[in-house]
Amino acid sequence: MTAKIEEKLGTLHYTIDKEAHIKVNFDACNDCENKACIRGCPAQCFELVQDEVKFQYEDCIECGTCKILCDKKAIEWNYPRGTFGVVFRKG
Amino acid sequence: MVESVDTIVVGAGPAGSATAYSLAKAGHEVLLVERGKTPGEKNVSGGVLYGSVLHELIPNFWDEAPLERVITNRNLVFLSGESSFSLDFSSSKLEKPPHNGYSVIRYDFDQWFAKQAEETGALLATGIRVDDLLWENKQIVGIKAGSDEIRAKVVVAADGINSTLVEQAGLRKDLKAKYIALGIKEVIGLPRDVIENRFNLEHNEGTAHTYLGCTKGYPGGGFLYTNQDSLSLGIVLKLPIFKTKSHSKAPEFIDHLKQFPYIRRLIKEGTRLEYSAHLVPEGGYHGLSKLYTDGFLVTGDAAGLTLNIGYALEGMNFAIASGVAAAKTILRAHKQNDFTQSTMKHYQKLMNQSFVLKDMKTFRNAPAIVSSPRLMKSYPDFINNLALDLYQSTASPRPKLINLILKHVVHEISLPHLFIDGIKAVRGL
Repeated sequence: MTAKIEEKLGTLHYTIDKEAHIKVNFDACNDCENKACIRGCPAQCFELVQDEVKFQYEDCIECGTCKILCDKKAIEWNYPRGTFGVVFRKG
Repeated sequence: MVESVDTIVVGAGPAGSATAYSLAKAGHEVLLVERGKTPGEKNVSGGVLYGSVLHELIPNFWDEAPLERVITNRNLVFLSGESSFSLDFSSSKLEKPPHNGYSVIRYDFDQWFAKQAEETGALLATGIRVDDLLWENKQIVGIKAGSDEIRAKVVVAADGINSTLVEQAGLRKDLKAKYIALGIKEVIGLPRDVIENRFNLEHNEGTAHTYLGCTKGYPGGGFLYTNQDSLSLGIVLKLPIFKTKSHSKAPEFIDHLKQFPYIRRLIKEGTRLEYSAHLVPEGGYHGLSKLYTDGFLVTGDAAGLTLNIGYALEGMNFAIASGVAAAKTILRAHKQNDFTQSTMKHYQKLMNQSFVLKDMKTFRNAPAIVSSPRLMKSYPDFINNLALDLYQSTASPRPKLINLILKHVVHEISLPHLFIDGIKAVRGL
């Protein structure tokens, strides 16, 4: 039984900033063979839609995996601004 | 707005709170800055808090701190399909403070620890993300957060594994995937009495499990520990796994772990309370950043101060120890009124003398050994298949034990590999 990511992320509390804290240079993704972000992101914020990488920051759980895995250095990574982002109450 | 304090500590996790607490206790002015609305809400743990260092800092902390359970049972489990083979150790001797371990929920524990620092005199500022360091003549002299600048004689980076400050200070280049693992955890709610019956525990006793063989052959492992009325179940995966193409997405690894019959029984009827993920420094000594520069010290995960030697996992304890050493260094620098590298390097000296860097040096090759691919598949298969042959009666003649062992060694591991791994383990662990 594989649980859907929505069910997992549904346990979390977020305060979502209107501005994205992570920015992806999608031009670089086109030449990227590996696209490790798609597999590595534990919140599945990266998705492959018709061979193109799509990213949404709203579900991000701020682990930093994507930045380290990106072969193309296409990810401009930061934490969300103070008070924004995910809250773990059982970490 | 420009303000100024003696010391700024960035990040109110165990390293930051230990630094701020120690400084405040010595009557020193310290500002503890945290990006979460409350300390702990950004933090995720995958292990046990050992009590020894914290007890030195806050004697008998266990009387007040929000701890979940005292760990009196350890279980190393080799998982292989339908089978599981465990090395189970229990002792009430593990219960005796201060050399014992506790399970903690970081939201509660980190909040408590930061509050101790605050009540001792530290200023705690939450909901603030530090964006930049302030520089003056190649010396770090404060922080920038949004449009605010705050000056300080020393800035302490306790901002965790993704420390932006360590990079800005030039003490580390990009984090290397090979030195980092991704931890994914689910906290599963179960009634207290169910946990105690299921894990054979008495009131307030807890267990911590380590699992091998549950990562589809990739470097990593699983863990479980008991909280008062929940279980923390997780999987740790070396990041390079995701660089290779043909395998599952990260969240599927924890689903895979939950499907082993051994795990399924332990979490039965539980409800998923929270899903989380966090990176873990796993490079050991080789993965450390530089620890200091002019006006700047690095503590805890930000420096890479964790150690995984398979049977023991250190993180929070190392973080607290590094915070205490950072505070000592700062107090000494104040006496000399010198905040350049020449006084900051005292921190390196203190850390070299402490068990933290001594252990990290002794076990510098352990990270490579505990992430050996054979440990993830061959050995769990070997021990389980051997046990199956020992305990199954097939109505055919039983081979002698040595023949069975040899058969499985040849099949699942190979003799040269067993020999090499044995030597490495003896030397490295």
